[in-house]
Amino acid sequence: MEYVKGEKAGKKEKAADMKSHKGKRSYSVERKKQTWAYIFIAIPLLYFMVFRIFPTLYSFNISMRKWDLLSQNKPFVGFDNFKTLFGNEVFRIAMLNTLEYVLVGVPIILALSLSIALLLNSITRGTGLYRMLIFIPYVTSTVAVSWVWRWMFMKQGGVINSILILLGFASQPFLDSTTQSLYVVMANIVWQSIGFYTIILVAGLKQIPGSYYEAAGIDGASAWVKFRRITIPLLNPTIVYVAIISTINTLQVFTQVYNITGGNTGNAGGPLNSSTSIVLHIYNLAFRNYNMGLASAATVLLFIIILIITIIQMKVLTKEIE
Amino acid sequence: MNKKNIIKNITSYGLLTAIGLIMVFPFLWMVSTSLKTGTDIYNLSLIPEKVNLSNYVRVFTTSNFGKWFLNSLVIATITVISVLFVDSLVGYTFAKLKFKGKKPIFIILLSTLMVPTEMLIIPWFLMINKFGWFNSYLSLLFPGLSTAFGIFMMRQFFMSIPEDLLDAGRIDGLSEFGVFWHVALPLVKPALSALGIFTFLGNWNAFLWPVIAVDNPEMYTLPVGLSLFSGEMYNQWDLIMTGATIATVPVLIVFFIFQKKIIEGIHLTGVKG
Repeated sequence: MEYVKGEKAGKKEKAADMKSHKGKRSYSVERKKQTWAYIFIAIPLLYFMVFRIFPTLYSFNISMRKWDLLSQNKPFVGFDNFKTLFGNEVFRIAMLNTLEYVLVGVPIILALSLSIALLLNSITRGTGLYRMLIFIPYVTSTVAVSWVWRWMFMKQGGVINSILILLGFASQPFLDSTTQSLYVVMANIVWQSIGFYTIILVAGLKQIPGSYYEAAGIDGASAWVKFRRITIPLLNPTIVYVAIISTINTLQVFTQVYNITGGNTGNAGGPLNSSTSIVLHIYNLAFRNYNMGLASAATVLLFIIILIITIIQMKVLTKEIE
Repeated sequence: MNKKNIIKNITSYGLLTAIGLIMVFPFLWMVSTSLKTGTDIYNLSLIPEKVNLSNYVRVFTTSNFGKWFLNSLVIATITVISVLFVDSLVGYTFAKLKFKGKKPIFIILLSTLMVPTEMLIIPWFLMINKFGWFNSYLSLLFPGLSTAFGIFMMRQFFMSIPEDLLDAGRIDGLSEFGVFWHVALPLVKPALSALGIFTFLGNWNAFLWPVIAVDNPEMYTLPVGLSLFSGEMYNQWDLIMTGATIATVPVLIVFFIFQKKIIEGIHLTGVKG
Protein backbone atom coordinates (compact mmCIF):
# COMPACT_ATOMS: atom_id res chain seq x y z
CA MET A 1 0.00 0.00 0.00
CA GLU A 2 2.96 2.25 0.55
CA TYR A 3 3.66 2.06 -3.19
CA VAL A 4 5.42 5.24 -4.08
CA LYS A 5 7.19 5.90 -7.33
CA GLY A 6 9.14 9.11 -7.58
CA GLU A 7 12.62 10.39 -7.81
CA LYS A 8 12.45 13.67 -6.03
CA ALA A 9 12.14 13.87 -2.30
CA GLY A 10 9.48 16.51 -2.77
CA LYS A 11 7.21 14.10 -4.55
CA LYS A 12 7.73 11.49 -1.88
CA GLU A 13 6.80 14.03 0.70
CA LYS A 14 3.67 15.09 -1.16
CA ALA A 15 2.68 11.47 -1.57
CA ALA A 16 3.24 10.75 2.09
CA ASP A 17 1.28 13.88 2.77
CA MET A 18 -1.68 12.64 0.74
CA LYS A 19 -1.56 9.26 2.34
CA SER A 20 -1.19 10.33 5.92
CA HIS A 21 -3.64 13.20 5.91
CA LYS A 22 -6.44 11.30 4.30
CA GLY A 23 -9.15 13.82 4.93
CA LYS A 24 -7.01 16.92 4.93
CA ARG A 25 -5.52 17.70 1.52
CA SER A 26 -2.51 19.92 1.11
CA TYR A 27 -3.55 23.33 -0.16
CA SER A 28 -1.10 23.44 -3.03
CA VAL A 29 -2.28 20.10 -4.40
CA GLU A 30 -5.86 21.31 -4.57
CA ARG A 31 -4.75 24.60 -6.06
CA LYS A 32 -2.79 22.74 -8.69
CA LYS A 33 -5.79 20.63 -9.60
CA GLN A 34 -7.93 23.73 -9.85
CA THR A 35 -5.48 25.40 -12.19
CA TRP A 36 -5.51 22.38 -14.44
CA ALA A 37 -9.30 22.36 -14.37
CA TYR A 38 -9.35 25.91 -15.69
CA ILE A 39 -6.77 25.05 -18.32
CA PHE A 40 -8.81 22.09 -19.50
CA ILE A 41 -12.04 23.97 -19.86
CA ALA A 42 -10.74 27.33 -21.03
CA ILE A 43 -10.78 26.76 -24.77
CA PRO A 44 -13.98 24.68 -24.85
CA LEU A 45 -15.68 27.34 -22.79
CA LEU A 46 -14.52 29.98 -25.22
CA TYR A 47 -15.86 27.85 -28.04
CA PHE A 48 -19.27 27.65 -26.41
CA MET A 49 -19.30 31.36 -25.77
CA VAL A 50 -18.47 32.23 -29.35
CA PHE A 51 -20.46 29.60 -31.19
CA ARG A 52 -23.43 28.91 -28.96
CA ILE A 53 -24.11 31.63 -26.43
CA PHE A 54 -23.21 34.68 -28.44
CA PRO A 55 -25.20 33.53 -31.48
CA THR A 56 -28.20 32.82 -29.27
CA LEU A 57 -28.17 36.36 -27.96
CA TYR A 58 -27.46 37.67 -31.44
CA SER A 59 -30.54 35.78 -32.61
CA PHE A 60 -32.75 37.54 -30.10
CA ASN A 61 -31.28 40.81 -31.27
CA ILE A 62 -31.91 40.12 -34.94
CA SER A 63 -35.43 38.96 -34.21
CA MET A 64 -36.27 42.43 -32.97
CA ARG A 65 -34.87 44.30 -35.91
CA LYS A 66 -35.96 44.98 -39.42
CA TRP A 67 -33.08 43.09 -40.97
CA ASP A 68 -32.80 42.04 -44.55
CA LEU A 69 -29.47 41.46 -46.22
CA LEU A 70 -30.01 44.07 -48.87
CA SER A 71 -30.48 47.25 -46.88
CA GLN A 72 -27.91 48.91 -44.70
CA ASN A 73 -30.27 49.95 -41.97
CA LYS A 74 -31.26 47.46 -39.32
CA PRO A 75 -33.56 49.48 -37.09
CA PHE A 76 -34.90 48.16 -33.85
CA VAL A 77 -38.60 47.41 -34.17
CA GLY A 78 -39.44 45.60 -30.95
CA PHE A 79 -42.00 42.88 -31.40
CA ASP A 80 -43.13 43.91 -34.88
CA ASN A 81 -41.58 40.85 -36.50
CA PHE A 82 -43.52 38.58 -34.19
CA LYS A 83 -46.73 40.39 -34.99
CA THR A 84 -46.00 40.10 -38.69
CA LEU A 85 -45.39 36.38 -38.36
CA PHE A 86 -48.67 35.71 -36.62
CA GLY A 87 -50.47 37.74 -39.22
CA ASN A 88 -48.78 35.77 -41.99
CA GLU A 89 -50.87 32.94 -43.37
CA VAL A 90 -47.97 30.73 -44.43
CA PHE A 91 -46.46 30.95 -40.96
CA ARG A 92 -49.74 29.97 -39.37
CA ILE A 93 -50.07 27.04 -41.74
CA ALA A 94 -46.51 25.99 -40.99
CA MET A 95 -47.26 26.09 -37.26
CA LEU A 96 -50.40 23.99 -37.63
CA ASN A 97 -48.64 21.54 -39.91
CA THR A 98 -45.78 21.12 -37.47
CA LEU A 99 -48.23 20.53 -34.64
CA GLU A 100 -49.97 17.98 -36.79
CA TYR A 101 -46.67 16.24 -37.49
CA VAL A 102 -46.14 16.00 -33.74
CA LEU A 103 -49.64 15.25 -32.48
CA VAL A 104 -50.19 12.47 -35.00
CA GLY A 105 -46.63 11.36 -35.59
CA VAL A 106 -45.34 10.98 -32.04
CA PRO A 107 -48.14 8.72 -30.76
CA ILE A 108 -47.73 6.59 -33.87
CA ILE A 109 -44.00 6.39 -33.28
CA LEU A 110 -44.57 5.43 -29.65
CA ALA A 111 -47.23 2.84 -30.42
CA LEU A 112 -45.29 1.23 -33.23
CA SER A 113 -41.90 1.14 -31.55
CA LEU A 114 -43.43 -0.20 -28.35
CA SER A 115 -45.29 -2.90 -30.27
CA ILE A 116 -42.19 -3.89 -32.18
CA ALA A 117 -40.14 -3.84 -28.99
CA LEU A 118 -42.61 -6.19 -27.34
CA LEU A 119 -42.55 -8.46 -30.37
CA LEU A 120 -38.77 -8.53 -30.36
CA ASN A 121 -38.76 -9.31 -26.69
CA SER A 122 -41.14 -12.20 -27.11
CA ILE A 123 -39.16 -14.25 -29.60
CA THR A 124 -36.10 -16.28 -28.81
CA ARG A 125 -34.38 -16.84 -32.12
CA GLY A 126 -33.39 -14.40 -34.78
CA THR A 127 -33.57 -11.33 -32.57
CA GLY A 128 -30.29 -10.08 -33.97
CA LEU A 129 -31.49 -10.30 -37.55
CA TYR A 130 -34.82 -8.57 -36.96
CA ARG A 131 -33.18 -5.93 -34.84
CA MET A 132 -30.80 -5.17 -37.65
CA LEU A 133 -33.53 -5.02 -40.28
CA ILE A 134 -35.60 -2.65 -38.21
CA PHE A 135 -32.65 -0.43 -37.48
CA ILE A 136 -31.31 -0.09 -41.02
CA PRO A 137 -33.45 2.90 -42.04
CA TYR A 138 -32.17 4.88 -39.09
CA VAL A 139 -28.52 4.80 -40.12
CA THR A 140 -29.10 5.72 -43.73
CA SER A 141 -28.96 9.14 -45.30
CA THR A 142 -32.14 11.08 -44.64
CA VAL A 143 -31.75 12.89 -47.93
CA ALA A 144 -31.44 9.62 -49.81
CA VAL A 145 -34.48 7.99 -48.23
CA SER A 146 -36.46 11.17 -48.74
CA TRP A 147 -35.86 10.97 -52.47
CA VAL A 148 -36.63 7.24 -52.48
CA TRP A 149 -39.90 8.08 -50.75
CA ARG A 150 -40.65 10.75 -53.31
CA TRP A 151 -40.03 8.25 -56.10
CA MET A 152 -42.13 5.58 -54.41
CA PHE A 153 -45.10 7.86 -53.78
CA MET A 154 -45.14 9.54 -57.15
CA LYS A 155 -48.66 9.92 -58.45
CA GLN A 156 -47.84 8.57 -61.90
CA GLY A 157 -45.45 5.67 -61.93
CA GLY A 158 -44.59 5.45 -58.26
CA VAL A 159 -44.37 1.92 -56.98
CA ILE A 160 -46.89 2.44 -54.17
CA ASN A 161 -49.60 3.43 -56.61
CA SER A 162 -48.63 0.56 -58.89
CA ILE A 163 -49.12 -1.86 -56.00
CA LEU A 164 -52.40 -0.23 -55.03
CA ILE A 165 -53.70 -0.56 -58.57
CA LEU A 166 -52.57 -4.17 -58.68
CA LEU A 167 -54.57 -4.86 -55.51
CA GLY A 168 -57.63 -3.24 -56.99
CA PHE A 169 -57.49 0.09 -55.18
CA ALA A 170 -57.63 3.53 -56.71
CA SER A 171 -54.35 5.30 -57.23
CA GLN A 172 -53.79 8.18 -54.85
CA PRO A 173 -52.55 11.70 -55.50
CA PHE A 174 -50.19 11.47 -52.50
CA LEU A 175 -47.71 14.32 -52.82
CA ASP A 176 -50.00 16.23 -55.13
CA SER A 177 -52.79 16.29 -52.59
CA THR A 178 -53.20 19.00 -49.99
CA THR A 179 -54.45 16.44 -47.52
CA GLN A 180 -52.13 13.52 -48.18
CA SER A 181 -48.85 15.31 -48.72
CA LEU A 182 -48.19 15.87 -45.01
CA TYR A 183 -48.93 12.23 -44.22
CA VAL A 184 -46.56 10.96 -46.86
CA VAL A 185 -43.80 13.01 -45.24
CA MET A 186 -44.88 11.83 -41.82
CA ALA A 187 -44.78 8.21 -42.96
CA ASN A 188 -41.17 8.72 -43.94
CA ILE A 189 -40.31 10.26 -40.59
CA VAL A 190 -41.96 7.41 -38.72
CA TRP A 191 -40.43 4.74 -40.94
CA GLN A 192 -36.92 6.05 -40.56
CA SER A 193 -36.93 6.74 -36.85
CA ILE A 194 -38.75 3.71 -35.44
CA GLY A 195 -35.64 1.56 -35.35
CA PHE A 196 -33.90 3.89 -32.95
CA TYR A 197 -36.78 4.11 -30.48
CA THR A 198 -37.46 0.39 -30.69
CA ILE A 199 -33.93 -0.40 -29.58
CA ILE A 200 -34.25 1.97 -26.65
CA LEU A 201 -37.54 0.42 -25.61
CA VAL A 202 -36.16 -3.09 -25.94
CA ALA A 203 -33.38 -2.16 -23.56
CA GLY A 204 -35.93 -0.73 -21.18
CA LEU A 205 -38.03 -3.87 -21.38
CA LYS A 206 -35.05 -6.05 -20.61
CA GLN A 207 -34.52 -4.15 -17.40
CA ILE A 208 -37.85 -5.24 -15.97
CA PRO A 209 -37.18 -8.23 -13.73
CA GLY A 210 -38.83 -11.38 -14.98
CA SER A 211 -39.77 -12.25 -11.43
CA TYR A 212 -42.47 -9.59 -11.43
CA TYR A 213 -44.20 -11.31 -14.32
CA GLU A 214 -43.83 -14.70 -12.71
CA ALA A 215 -45.31 -13.51 -9.46
CA ALA A 216 -48.21 -11.95 -11.31
CA GLY A 217 -48.69 -15.15 -13.26
CA ILE A 218 -48.94 -17.11 -10.06
CA ASP A 219 -51.55 -14.67 -8.88
CA GLY A 220 -53.52 -15.51 -12.00
CA ALA A 221 -53.03 -12.24 -13.88
CA SER A 222 -53.75 -12.21 -17.60
CA ALA A 223 -51.27 -10.96 -20.18
CA TRP A 224 -53.16 -7.72 -20.58
CA VAL A 225 -53.12 -7.06 -16.83
CA LYS A 226 -49.43 -7.86 -16.68
CA PHE A 227 -48.88 -5.37 -19.45
CA ARG A 228 -50.92 -2.64 -17.83
CA ARG A 229 -49.73 -3.09 -14.27
CA ILE A 230 -46.10 -4.11 -14.69
CA THR A 231 -44.75 -3.25 -18.12
CA ILE A 232 -46.20 0.20 -18.62
CA PRO A 233 -45.42 1.65 -15.19
CA LEU A 234 -41.88 0.27 -15.08
CA LEU A 235 -41.24 1.30 -18.65
CA ASN A 236 -42.51 4.78 -17.96
CA PRO A 237 -39.14 6.58 -17.76
CA THR A 238 -38.08 5.07 -21.08
CA ILE A 239 -41.42 5.91 -22.69
CA VAL A 240 -41.13 9.48 -21.47
CA TYR A 241 -37.62 9.69 -22.86
CA VAL A 242 -38.77 8.42 -26.27
CA ALA A 243 -41.76 10.76 -26.26
CA ILE A 244 -39.69 13.82 -25.48
CA ILE A 245 -36.88 13.09 -27.93
CA SER A 246 -39.22 12.19 -30.79
CA THR A 247 -41.30 15.31 -30.13
CA ILE A 248 -38.31 17.62 -30.16
CA ASN A 249 -37.01 15.99 -33.33
CA THR A 250 -40.37 16.14 -35.09
CA LEU A 251 -40.87 19.79 -34.16
CA GLN A 252 -37.64 20.50 -36.02
CA VAL A 253 -38.39 18.52 -39.18
CA PHE A 254 -36.79 20.05 -42.25
CA THR A 255 -34.70 17.68 -44.35
CA GLN A 256 -37.58 15.37 -45.18
CA VAL A 257 -40.02 18.12 -46.07
CA TYR A 258 -37.41 19.92 -48.16
CA ASN A 259 -36.44 16.84 -50.15
CA ILE A 260 -39.71 14.98 -50.43
CA THR A 261 -41.78 17.97 -51.44
CA GLY A 262 -39.36 20.33 -53.07
CA GLY A 263 -35.65 20.02 -53.33
CA ASN A 264 -34.28 22.99 -55.15
CA THR A 265 -37.19 23.30 -57.53
CA GLY A 266 -38.41 26.01 -55.24
CA ASN A 267 -41.84 24.83 -54.22
CA ALA A 268 -41.00 22.85 -51.14
CA GLY A 269 -43.78 22.44 -48.69
CA GLY A 270 -46.29 20.56 -50.75
CA PRO A 271 -49.32 21.93 -52.62
CA LEU A 272 -50.51 25.12 -50.96
CA ASN A 273 -47.89 24.67 -48.25
CA SER A 274 -49.83 21.71 -46.89
CA SER A 275 -46.71 19.99 -45.62
CA THR A 276 -44.56 23.00 -44.81
CA SER A 277 -42.95 22.82 -41.40
CA ILE A 278 -41.80 25.69 -39.22
CA VAL A 279 -38.13 25.11 -39.95
CA LEU A 280 -38.76 24.96 -43.68
CA HIS A 281 -40.55 28.29 -43.40
CA ILE A 282 -37.65 29.71 -41.40
CA TYR A 283 -35.28 28.54 -44.09
CA ASN A 284 -37.37 30.16 -46.80
CA LEU A 285 -37.68 33.42 -44.89
CA ALA A 286 -33.94 33.62 -44.30
CA PHE A 287 -32.47 32.20 -47.48
CA ARG A 288 -35.12 32.75 -50.13
CA ASN A 289 -36.50 36.07 -48.98
CA TYR A 290 -33.40 37.16 -47.08
CA ASN A 291 -35.57 38.53 -44.33
CA MET A 292 -33.32 37.75 -41.38
CA GLY A 293 -35.44 39.66 -38.93
CA LEU A 294 -38.59 37.66 -39.57
CA ALA A 295 -36.68 34.40 -39.78
CA SER A 296 -34.95 35.01 -36.47
CA ALA A 297 -38.23 35.87 -34.83
CA ALA A 298 -39.58 32.56 -36.09
CA THR A 299 -36.61 30.70 -34.60
CA VAL A 300 -37.23 32.38 -31.27
CA LEU A 301 -40.85 31.22 -31.43
CA LEU A 302 -39.71 27.70 -32.28
CA PHE A 303 -37.37 27.75 -29.32
CA ILE A 304 -40.18 28.79 -26.99
CA ILE A 305 -42.49 26.14 -28.40
CA ILE A 306 -39.91 23.41 -27.90
CA LEU A 307 -39.26 24.60 -24.38
CA ILE A 308 -42.90 24.72 -23.38
CA ILE A 309 -43.82 21.39 -24.92
CA THR A 310 -40.82 19.67 -23.34
CA ILE A 311 -41.67 21.01 -19.90
CA ILE A 312 -45.31 20.00 -20.28
CA GLN A 313 -44.33 16.52 -21.34
CA MET A 314 -41.96 16.07 -18.45
CA LYS A 315 -44.59 17.18 -15.97
CA VAL A 316 -47.53 15.31 -17.42
CA LEU A 317 -45.99 12.07 -18.54
CA THR A 318 -43.66 11.25 -15.69
CA LYS A 319 -45.51 9.25 -13.13
CA GLU A 320 -44.51 7.93 -9.78
CA ILE A 321 -43.95 4.20 -9.67
CA GLU A 322 -45.29 2.48 -6.63
CA MET B 1 -50.66 -24.81 -23.91
CA ASN B 2 -48.26 -25.75 -26.66
CA LYS B 3 -50.71 -25.06 -29.46
CA LYS B 4 -51.34 -21.57 -28.10
CA ASN B 5 -47.63 -20.96 -27.94
CA ILE B 6 -47.10 -22.10 -31.49
CA ILE B 7 -49.79 -19.76 -32.77
CA LYS B 8 -48.32 -16.92 -30.72
CA ASN B 9 -44.88 -17.62 -32.10
CA ILE B 10 -46.03 -17.82 -35.68
CA THR B 11 -47.85 -14.52 -35.31
CA SER B 12 -44.85 -12.86 -33.74
CA TYR B 13 -42.41 -14.08 -36.35
CA GLY B 14 -44.88 -13.30 -39.09
CA LEU B 15 -45.40 -9.75 -37.92
CA LEU B 16 -41.70 -9.15 -37.42
CA THR B 17 -40.92 -10.48 -40.87
CA ALA B 18 -43.56 -8.24 -42.40
CA ILE B 19 -42.18 -5.26 -40.52
CA GLY B 20 -38.65 -6.18 -41.55
CA LEU B 21 -39.74 -6.26 -45.18
CA ILE B 22 -41.38 -2.86 -44.89
CA MET B 23 -38.19 -1.47 -43.41
CA VAL B 24 -36.05 -2.92 -46.16
CA PHE B 25 -38.25 -2.66 -49.24
CA PRO B 26 -37.56 1.01 -50.06
CA PHE B 27 -33.84 0.20 -50.24
CA LEU B 28 -34.42 -2.78 -52.47
CA TRP B 29 -36.57 -0.61 -54.72
CA MET B 30 -33.91 2.08 -54.73
CA VAL B 31 -31.13 -0.27 -55.83
CA SER B 32 -33.42 -2.00 -58.29
CA THR B 33 -34.32 1.29 -59.96
CA SER B 34 -30.67 2.28 -60.16
CA LEU B 35 -29.94 -0.88 -62.17
CA LYS B 36 -32.79 -0.33 -64.61
CA THR B 37 -32.97 1.91 -67.63
CA GLY B 38 -35.70 3.60 -69.59
CA THR B 39 -39.28 2.66 -68.91
CA ASP B 40 -38.22 -0.47 -67.07
CA ILE B 41 -38.10 1.63 -63.93
CA TYR B 42 -41.88 1.77 -63.97
CA ASN B 43 -42.18 -1.99 -64.01
CA LEU B 44 -43.42 -3.55 -60.85
CA SER B 45 -40.54 -5.95 -60.53
CA LEU B 46 -37.54 -5.89 -58.26
CA ILE B 47 -35.43 -7.57 -60.88
CA PRO B 48 -34.42 -5.33 -63.77
CA GLU B 49 -35.19 -6.45 -67.33
CA LYS B 50 -31.53 -6.13 -68.01
CA VAL B 51 -29.10 -5.33 -65.21
CA ASN B 52 -27.32 -2.24 -66.27
CA LEU B 53 -24.55 -0.21 -64.71
CA SER B 54 -24.79 2.63 -67.18
CA ASN B 55 -26.55 4.83 -64.67
CA TYR B 56 -23.61 4.59 -62.34
CA VAL B 57 -21.22 5.53 -65.12
CA ARG B 58 -23.35 8.51 -66.05
CA VAL B 59 -23.66 9.69 -62.45
CA PHE B 60 -19.99 9.44 -61.68
CA THR B 61 -18.95 11.21 -64.84
CA THR B 62 -21.46 14.04 -64.64
CA SER B 63 -21.32 14.83 -60.97
CA ASN B 64 -19.04 15.29 -58.03
CA PHE B 65 -20.11 12.40 -55.85
CA GLY B 66 -16.53 11.43 -55.18
CA LYS B 67 -15.62 14.90 -53.92
CA TRP B 68 -18.80 15.13 -51.86
CA PHE B 69 -18.04 11.79 -50.27
CA LEU B 70 -14.54 12.96 -49.43
CA ASN B 71 -15.79 16.22 -47.95
CA SER B 72 -18.23 14.40 -45.72
CA LEU B 73 -15.56 11.95 -44.64
CA VAL B 74 -13.05 14.66 -43.74
CA ILE B 75 -15.55 16.77 -41.86
CA ALA B 76 -17.03 13.84 -39.98
CA THR B 77 -13.64 12.42 -39.00
CA ILE B 78 -12.28 15.73 -37.72
CA THR B 79 -15.51 16.36 -35.86
CA VAL B 80 -15.47 12.98 -34.16
CA ILE B 81 -11.85 13.35 -33.06
CA SER B 82 -12.56 16.80 -31.69
CA VAL B 83 -15.74 15.78 -29.90
CA LEU B 84 -14.17 12.70 -28.34
CA PHE B 85 -11.20 14.66 -27.07
CA VAL B 86 -12.90 17.85 -25.94
CA ASP B 87 -16.10 16.40 -24.54
CA SER B 88 -14.27 13.76 -22.54
CA LEU B 89 -11.72 16.21 -21.19
CA VAL B 90 -14.38 18.72 -20.18
CA GLY B 91 -16.69 16.00 -18.91
CA TYR B 92 -13.86 14.62 -16.81
CA THR B 93 -13.09 18.06 -15.43
CA PHE B 94 -16.65 18.58 -14.31
CA ALA B 95 -16.83 15.09 -12.91
CA LYS B 96 -13.59 14.85 -11.02
CA LEU B 97 -12.02 18.23 -10.45
CA LYS B 98 -13.10 20.96 -8.10
CA PHE B 99 -12.82 24.57 -9.07
CA LYS B 100 -14.39 27.88 -8.27
CA GLY B 101 -17.39 28.72 -10.38
CA LYS B 102 -17.99 25.10 -11.30
CA LYS B 103 -21.70 25.17 -10.70
CA PRO B 104 -22.60 28.36 -12.59
CA ILE B 105 -20.41 27.38 -15.53
CA PHE B 106 -22.09 24.00 -15.61
CA ILE B 107 -25.51 25.59 -15.67
CA ILE B 108 -24.49 27.85 -18.52
CA LEU B 109 -23.40 24.77 -20.44
CA LEU B 110 -26.71 23.12 -19.59
CA SER B 111 -28.61 26.06 -20.99
CA THR B 112 -27.02 25.64 -24.41
CA LEU B 113 -28.75 22.26 -24.64
CA MET B 114 -32.08 24.01 -24.71
CA VAL B 115 -31.28 26.08 -27.75
CA PRO B 116 -32.23 24.37 -31.03
CA THR B 117 -29.80 24.54 -33.93
CA GLU B 118 -32.34 26.52 -35.92
CA MET B 119 -31.83 29.44 -33.63
CA LEU B 120 -28.11 29.43 -34.33
CA ILE B 121 -27.99 29.09 -38.09
CA ILE B 122 -28.85 32.67 -38.94
CA PRO B 123 -26.22 34.21 -36.66
CA TRP B 124 -23.76 31.57 -37.86
CA PHE B 125 -24.52 32.50 -41.44
CA LEU B 126 -23.89 36.16 -40.73
CA MET B 127 -20.73 35.29 -38.81
CA ILE B 128 -19.18 33.13 -41.52
CA ASN B 129 -19.84 35.77 -44.09
CA LYS B 130 -18.10 38.29 -41.90
CA PHE B 131 -15.12 36.01 -41.21
CA GLY B 132 -14.86 34.98 -44.82
CA TRP B 133 -15.43 31.36 -43.98
CA PHE B 134 -18.26 30.86 -46.45
CA ASN B 135 -17.66 27.87 -48.74
CA SER B 136 -14.78 26.53 -46.68
CA TYR B 137 -14.25 23.45 -44.57
CA LEU B 138 -14.12 25.78 -41.57
CA SER B 139 -17.72 26.80 -41.92
CA LEU B 140 -18.78 23.17 -42.11
CA LEU B 141 -16.60 22.17 -39.17
CA PHE B 142 -17.11 24.71 -36.43
CA PRO B 143 -20.68 23.84 -35.36
CA GLY B 144 -19.87 20.29 -34.34
CA LEU B 145 -16.48 20.47 -32.62
CA SER B 146 -17.96 20.00 -29.16
CA THR B 147 -21.43 19.32 -27.82
CA ALA B 148 -23.06 19.91 -24.48
CA PHE B 149 -24.75 16.54 -24.84
CA GLY B 150 -21.39 14.83 -25.22
CA ILE B 151 -19.96 16.67 -22.23
CA PHE B 152 -22.84 15.62 -20.02
CA MET B 153 -22.70 12.06 -21.18
CA MET B 154 -18.96 11.76 -20.53
CA ARG B 155 -19.33 13.48 -17.18
CA GLN B 156 -21.92 10.90 -16.24
CA PHE B 157 -19.52 8.08 -16.97
CA PHE B 158 -16.52 9.68 -15.35
CA MET B 159 -18.41 10.26 -12.11
CA SER B 160 -18.47 6.55 -11.39
CA ILE B 161 -14.70 6.23 -11.37
CA PRO B 162 -13.36 5.85 -7.83
CA GLU B 163 -11.23 8.72 -6.66
CA ASP B 164 -8.59 6.29 -5.38
CA LEU B 165 -7.68 5.20 -8.85
CA LEU B 166 -7.05 8.77 -9.84
CA ASP B 167 -5.02 9.41 -6.72
CA ALA B 168 -2.92 6.36 -7.45
CA GLY B 169 -2.11 7.93 -10.77
CA ARG B 170 -1.15 11.19 -9.12
CA ILE B 171 1.10 9.39 -6.69
CA ASP B 172 2.74 7.64 -9.61
CA GLY B 173 3.79 11.05 -10.77
CA LEU B 174 1.29 11.60 -13.53
CA SER B 175 0.26 15.15 -14.28
CA GLU B 176 -3.42 16.01 -14.07
CA PHE B 177 -3.66 15.52 -17.81
CA GLY B 178 -1.80 12.24 -17.45
CA VAL B 179 -4.30 11.03 -14.87
CA PHE B 180 -7.09 11.88 -17.29
CA TRP B 181 -5.39 10.30 -20.26
CA HIS B 182 -3.87 7.18 -18.73
CA VAL B 183 -6.18 6.36 -15.85
CA ALA B 184 -9.66 7.77 -16.46
CA LEU B 185 -10.06 7.62 -20.21
CA PRO B 186 -9.40 3.90 -20.67
CA LEU B 187 -12.15 3.21 -18.15
CA VAL B 188 -14.86 4.87 -20.23
CA LYS B 189 -14.13 3.23 -23.57
CA PRO B 190 -17.75 2.05 -24.15
CA ALA B 191 -19.00 5.59 -23.66
CA LEU B 192 -16.35 6.92 -26.00
CA SER B 193 -17.26 4.49 -28.74
CA ALA B 194 -20.96 5.27 -28.35
CA LEU B 195 -20.30 8.99 -28.49
CA GLY B 196 -18.02 8.54 -31.46
CA ILE B 197 -20.56 6.53 -33.41
CA PHE B 198 -23.39 8.94 -32.76
CA THR B 199 -21.33 11.96 -33.54
CA PHE B 200 -20.21 10.38 -36.80
CA LEU B 201 -23.71 9.38 -37.84
CA GLY B 202 -25.19 12.75 -36.91
CA ASN B 203 -22.48 14.67 -38.66
CA TRP B 204 -22.51 12.50 -41.78
CA ASN B 205 -26.22 13.03 -42.13
CA ALA B 206 -26.32 16.75 -41.32
CA PHE B 207 -28.26 18.79 -43.83
CA LEU B 208 -29.71 22.05 -42.56
CA TRP B 209 -26.45 23.83 -41.81
CA PRO B 210 -24.33 22.40 -44.65
CA VAL B 211 -26.92 23.42 -47.21
CA ILE B 212 -26.67 26.97 -45.89
CA ALA B 213 -22.93 27.16 -45.34
CA VAL B 214 -21.73 26.33 -48.85
CA ASP B 215 -22.92 27.03 -52.34
CA ASN B 216 -19.84 25.88 -54.22
CA PRO B 217 -20.46 22.39 -55.67
CA GLU B 218 -16.88 21.42 -54.84
CA MET B 219 -17.55 21.96 -51.16
CA TYR B 220 -20.85 20.16 -50.79
CA THR B 221 -21.12 17.37 -48.29
CA LEU B 222 -22.76 14.18 -49.46
CA PRO B 223 -26.31 14.96 -48.31
CA VAL B 224 -26.23 18.43 -49.83
CA GLY B 225 -24.72 17.17 -53.07
CA LEU B 226 -27.26 14.39 -53.34
CA SER B 227 -30.13 16.76 -52.68
CA LEU B 228 -29.08 19.30 -55.28
CA PHE B 229 -28.11 16.63 -57.78
CA SER B 230 -31.51 14.99 -57.43
CA GLY B 231 -33.27 18.30 -57.83
CA GLU B 232 -31.32 18.99 -60.99
CA MET B 233 -32.01 15.57 -62.47
CA TYR B 234 -35.68 16.36 -61.99
CA ASN B 235 -37.41 13.53 -63.80
CA GLN B 236 -34.58 11.11 -64.31
CA TRP B 237 -35.45 8.80 -61.50
CA ASP B 238 -33.00 6.12 -62.56
CA LEU B 239 -30.17 8.59 -62.02
CA ILE B 240 -31.65 9.96 -58.82
CA MET B 241 -31.94 6.48 -57.35
CA THR B 242 -28.38 5.78 -58.44
CA GLY B 243 -27.22 8.82 -56.52
CA ALA B 244 -29.24 7.71 -53.51
CA THR B 245 -27.68 4.25 -53.67
CA ILE B 246 -24.18 5.67 -53.86
CA ALA B 247 -24.91 7.79 -50.80
CA THR B 248 -26.44 4.94 -48.85
CA VAL B 249 -24.43 1.81 -49.50
CA PRO B 250 -21.11 2.79 -47.89
CA VAL B 251 -22.81 3.73 -44.64
CA LEU B 252 -24.75 0.47 -44.71
CA ILE B 253 -21.53 -1.47 -45.04
CA VAL B 254 -20.04 0.40 -42.09
CA PHE B 255 -23.22 -0.29 -40.17
CA PHE B 256 -23.06 -4.02 -40.81
CA ILE B 257 -19.52 -4.09 -39.53
CA PHE B 258 -20.14 -2.02 -36.42
CA GLN B 259 -23.67 -3.21 -35.74
CA LYS B 260 -23.04 -4.53 -32.33
CA LYS B 261 -21.21 -1.44 -31.14
CA ILE B 262 -23.91 0.83 -32.47
CA ILE B 263 -26.69 -0.99 -30.68
CA GLU B 264 -24.67 -1.15 -27.49
CA GLY B 265 -24.15 2.56 -27.80
CA ILE B 266 -27.84 3.26 -27.95
CA HIS B 267 -28.41 1.18 -24.87
CA LEU B 268 -25.74 3.18 -23.10
CA THR B 269 -27.07 6.57 -23.99
CA GLY B 270 -30.74 5.76 -24.17
CA VAL B 271 -31.39 3.87 -21.03
CA LYS B 272 -29.72 6.35 -18.75
CA GLY B 273 -33.22 7.72 -18.41
